[in-house]
Amino acid sequence: MEPRKISSRKYLYSFVITAIIFSTAIFLSNYFSQKRIDEIRNIQDKISIDILSSETQFSLLEESLCKDIGTGTLSTELANLEERLSYTESQRGVNDPEVQTLKKYYSLLEIKDYLLMNRISEKCKRNPLSIIYFYSTNNDCEDCEREGYVLTRLRETYPDLRIYSFDYNMDMSAIKTLISINKVENNLPALIIKDKTYYGFQSIEDLEKAVPELKLLKSTKEATTTTATSTKKR
Amino acid sequence: MFDITNSIAYVFLFLSLNFEVFLLITYFENRMDIAEEANLLAKGPKKYPTVTIIVPCWNEENTVSKTIYSLLSLDYPRNKLKIMIVDDGSTDKTWERIQKFKNNPQIDVYTKPNGGKYTALNFGISKLSSDLVGCLDADSYVHKDALKHIIMQFENKEIMAVAPSVKLWQPKGPLQLLQKVEYGFGIFTRKMFHYMQAVYITPGPFSIFRTNVFKKLGGYRHAHNTEDIEIALRMQKNGYKIAHAHNAMVYTVPPDTLRKLLKQRVRWSYGFIKNAEDYRDMFFKRKYGNLGVFILPMAAISVISIISVTTLAVIGVIRSVINKYLEIQTIGWNPHWISFNFDWFYINTELIAIIGLVTTLGTLTMILISKKMSEGKIVLGLDLIFFMTLYMFIAPLWIGKAAYNAIFGVKASWR
Repeated sequence: MEPRKISSRKYLYSFVITAIIFSTAIFLSNYFSQKRIDEIRNIQDKISIDILSSETQFSLLEESLCKDIGTGTLSTELANLEERLSYTESQRGVNDPEVQTLKKYYSLLEIKDYLLMNRISEKCKRNPLSIIYFYSTNNDCEDCEREGYVLTRLRETYPDLRIYSFDYNMDMSAIKTLISINKVENNLPALIIKDKTYYGFQSIEDLEKAVPELKLLKSTKEATTTTATSTKKR
Repeated sequence: MFDITNSIAYVFLFLSLNFEVFLLITYFENRMDIAEEANLLAKGPKKYPTVTIIVPCWNEENTVSKTIYSLLSLDYPRNKLKIMIVDDGSTDKTWERIQKFKNNPQIDVYTKPNGGKYTALNFGISKLSSDLVGCLDADSYVHKDALKHIIMQFENKEIMAVAPSVKLWQPKGPLQLLQKVEYGFGIFTRKMFHYMQAVYITPGPFSIFRTNVFKKLGGYRHAHNTEDIEIALRMQKNGYKIAHAHNAMVYTVPPDTLRKLLKQRVRWSYGFIKNAEDYRDMFFKRKYGNLGVFILPMAAISVISIISVTTLAVIGVIRSVINKYLEIQTIGWNPHWISFNFDWFYINTELIAIIGLVTTLGTLTMILISKKMSEGKIVLGLDLIFFMTLYMFIAPLWIGKAAYNAIFGVKASWR
């Protein structure tokens, strides 16, 4: 029998085309990944400026009235940044060096924001509404994922509540100091609310009980919504 | 994250994309030829060889008469076409139903003890003297021009067998409509294999052979209940050319329940796996041309890749369902989830997603081309939606089951 023809040239073409498609896809994927990192950096810079500006404003107005420096001066971008950062973490992996650096920077910004908020609250005799949350990415914290859902939901419900989340095992002296001054044990998830530390999973109800001010926020918010709706109806 | 599961997925995606590109190049090389074939019929065949169509039937009382009538209305000289009905020991009223044809000079009617489809075919082959022989399953119907289209392929002396295009008889409901797309896609791939001299199935309904093929290579074999794969592989192994007449339409009645569909497909996939195993010495051999070096290995790899990619996908789906369940259990149903904010930041641009998208677009292109080839125009309907959404979930079921059966030695049955 005569030997069959083999379309060698076509195999070569199809291989080259496929390789081109693959390389383009790799390029695009890296490009967009880098774009994301850039965007996160931009947000971080913005927050950094926000904090610096608030601190400066605070120093300038040291002697003036509190109405000029309400909590509204704090940066509003933290939640946005956190969401993007955790998405990037899920895409690139916890151990990605880029992700690690971004997380460190983010943690520092959180601590600065926390300190500033405390100073403002102290001066203006307000109760600071904040939760400090320690979690772990080492698979040794079963409830961290669930706690994360609770805190995300809480943040959605109470935009005025400031939630600061920290990776307990992050190798950074500022976080280690934060852990030691608050005497947080390695029993995660751990939450610090009004100087009290709670260990283990806390549901939305638990937290609402721990911070009764939240309910107040809710009722104010609901009242506004109702008025808005009734106005609309008219 | 670049881990082992992703690497496996990339390898398979590269291979399937490469295969798609290869098929598309083949299509664009030959598209003029494909278009021209439609006009061939107007010229008509140069001569009409004698043909015998064997209709093996086993408990086909409901469809057999219609099958015979469709053969009788073939546009072909009556003195050149013979129909041989072989009742393979039916236990229903098939034998009674076919009695009405016994006085037709074009038709011979036989009965024999039940022995399986391949025995009925061999029984018929042993009794004929025509130039060409074909078979038509008793649940299939032919288009009146089908035979003429096929005959014209035989004008090339080297062609030893011609496969038709198989379409579905009046598909309705999601299950049959998705099969319609699948069969259409089959027409496209088989035509591409035709150009690569790599057709490895001569489908049961209405594949026509030169009678010499059986004289030289012997009759049909049991071949794990897929004698139509085995005979094609045997022919290819012996250097016999198989063509595909994509305009020759045959209609077959598709399974109407998932159970029946799975049964049929497990038989086909199992048959392919076992026959590929029997003909494994053809793999990667240059002397078997494109079939040996590319098509057969790709077909075998696709079995593995479908199973592994699906397993990975199913694990992914289960994981996200568990996470969603955990979330709902923890914080209740989130009423905000419907409000969808578009943010480019959260569009998945991982390599696997981009390549997956390109591969899907390639598949879609081929489906549209196959629709144009099998229906004459591109019609976008429900069938495409059912295919794109459901097929990927049910096809792995039968491929997985067939692979399981092949590995653990469970025999597939006909019904």
